[in-house]
Amino acid sequence: MLDLSPGRRPAAPGSAGSRRASRQKPRARRAGRARWAGWLFVAPALAMYGLFVLRPLGLTIQYSLYQWDGIGPSTWAGLGNYTTVFTDPALLAIIGNAFKLIVAFSVVPVLLGLAVAVVIRRISTSRLALTARTVLFLPQVIPLVAAGIAWSWLLSSTGVVNQFLSAIGLGGITRAWLGDFSTALPAVGLIGAWVLVGLCTVLLMSGMTKIDPSLYEAARIDGAGLWREFTAVTLPSIRQEIAVCVTVTVIAALASFDIVYISTQGGPGDATMVPGLEIYELAFSHRQVGLASALAVVLIVVVLACVLPIQRLARKGGAQ
Amino acid sequence: VIGSRREVISGRVLLIVLMAVTVLPFVSLLTTALQPSGTYPSGLAWPAHPQWGNFTQAFEAAQMGRLLESSVLIVAGVVPVSVLIATMAGFAIGHLRMPGGRVVFLLFLLGLTLPFEGVITPLYYEVQGMGLLNTRWAIILPLIGLFMPFSVYWMRAHFVTAPGELTDAARTDGVNTWQLFWRIHVPLARPAISSLTILLFLWTWNQFLLAIVLVDDPTKRTMAGALGAFQGQWGTNIPLLCAGSLIILVPTLVVFLAFQRHFVVALLQGSLKG
Repeated sequence: MLDLSPGRRPAAPGSAGSRRASRQKPRARRAGRARWAGWLFVAPALAMYGLFVLRPLGLTIQYSLYQWDGIGPSTWAGLGNYTTVFTDPALLAIIGNAFKLIVAFSVVPVLLGLAVAVVIRRISTSRLALTARTVLFLPQVIPLVAAGIAWSWLLSSTGVVNQFLSAIGLGGITRAWLGDFSTALPAVGLIGAWVLVGLCTVLLMSGMTKIDPSLYEAARIDGAGLWREFTAVTLPSIRQEIAVCVTVTVIAALASFDIVYISTQGGPGDATMVPGLEIYELAFSHRQVGLASALAVVLIVVVLACVLPIQRLARKGGAQ
Repeated sequence: VIGSRREVISGRVLLIVLMAVTVLPFVSLLTTALQPSGTYPSGLAWPAHPQWGNFTQAFEAAQMGRLLESSVLIVAGVVPVSVLIATMAGFAIGHLRMPGGRVVFLLFLLGLTLPFEGVITPLYYEVQGMGLLNTRWAIILPLIGLFMPFSVYWMRAHFVTAPGELTDAARTDGVNTWQLFWRIHVPLARPAISSLTILLFLWTWNQFLLAIVLVDDPTKRTMAGALGAFQGQWGTNIPLLCAGSLIILVPTLVVFLAFQRHFVVALLQGSLKG
């Protein structure tokens, strides 16, 4: 965790320690009352959170137990919607797509980010590296929707990607990458990787600049090669940053929506359909609110089940 | 020495390649946006006669002025309120340590990894029940709630480290809890508050899902949501679509470049904490 605490400026008006002792009693009582006053401070945040997160969360679970078209009367369905989620091959394939996207959204950016960060560790304070920090962050700042539009165009049959492939003699494999059943999902993954590589690289870079150089010297003296140096010094030191990269990118993969909505709408067929988009379609196009909600609950649980172990691993490592 | 020089050079080359790939989509958007409107251009090529007029055309076709106004109104509705109530909650949980604060904090943590898709369906019916569908409030109110887990978590992390002696001293001087919060602890929390403000601005401006589900009229959406509608309407006119996308990118890019350092720091801290 980064320490965010600001410089300690003396802001207390006329603090006088000597006066304190004599007023000990009333202060304690007042402090007790102040602690209860804390509830007044929490109340607005808690109200908004309760109204727009906790209540909908409860309702999602409730809806998931009914069959409902969103307008007419609903009928009790028990766990029927969950049975459908876990047995319908189409829905299972959609959940599978989310896991496949982890490779592109998470594994690729983290590994590539690691490689780049290691190579540029030595020049990490140069002007080029500082410029890179800004440029690599651009994809983080723009709406994912805009990234989706730009890449749809790059990956189209007459786009830059095909132009490049033809130029290097690979004209034979050019195609509309997002429209082809076999390449659509990897192409969506490529867009996600483009968005997330910069974030991972910069995060890992900033982690590596904090490593004590004497650790590397010690490793060199011990005769450690580059690989040994990487596994013995670099990796353990940036464990926290790696955990953050993995957490953020895994959530981005499992809960992807914007990029897929803009670039493929889940097509061709269901080739790039992901849970987030399927929930939207089921609830608002197919009027199957119950099934959509069951899928939503499954998605929430899957995200938690993937993220909590990562956090636990990172924390255990940090305690050493 | 020769080895390390080679390392430095390969590092520079790698960095430049990565930057080129990052910038490529933006360059492609620009060269395509300058092609004659309605044509189907191919690849990356600087047009013989750049059609700068496409930008004016896209600006008018998408009613950019109204979109910009709408996004600003939504940000103005979401960000100040979210920051204020999250700071208050973070102060109460992290510094006042109110009774039951731990439970409340765990309750907020529960929402930290929640994908918005998980609650979007009931949110629709809830907002409909309030009669707010198709108004900006449909985006503003739920977003404030959805931002609370991260914001409270963020501000609590700051207030946990806030010095207790200040509070003791202020109490001795008869300062009440609100004054203690507003006059002493908020000024000290300024760095944490400004990072949070930047993050919430960005997440609000780029919010897509809530915009397309809860608001039909693109001119009442966020920029990102409006871009979705624009794509549906102009998807076949590639140069115009690219020009529109670029215009929609400009405000965030300008704000980003202006507050560059703050942005990078905020995003780094934001992801480290989140």
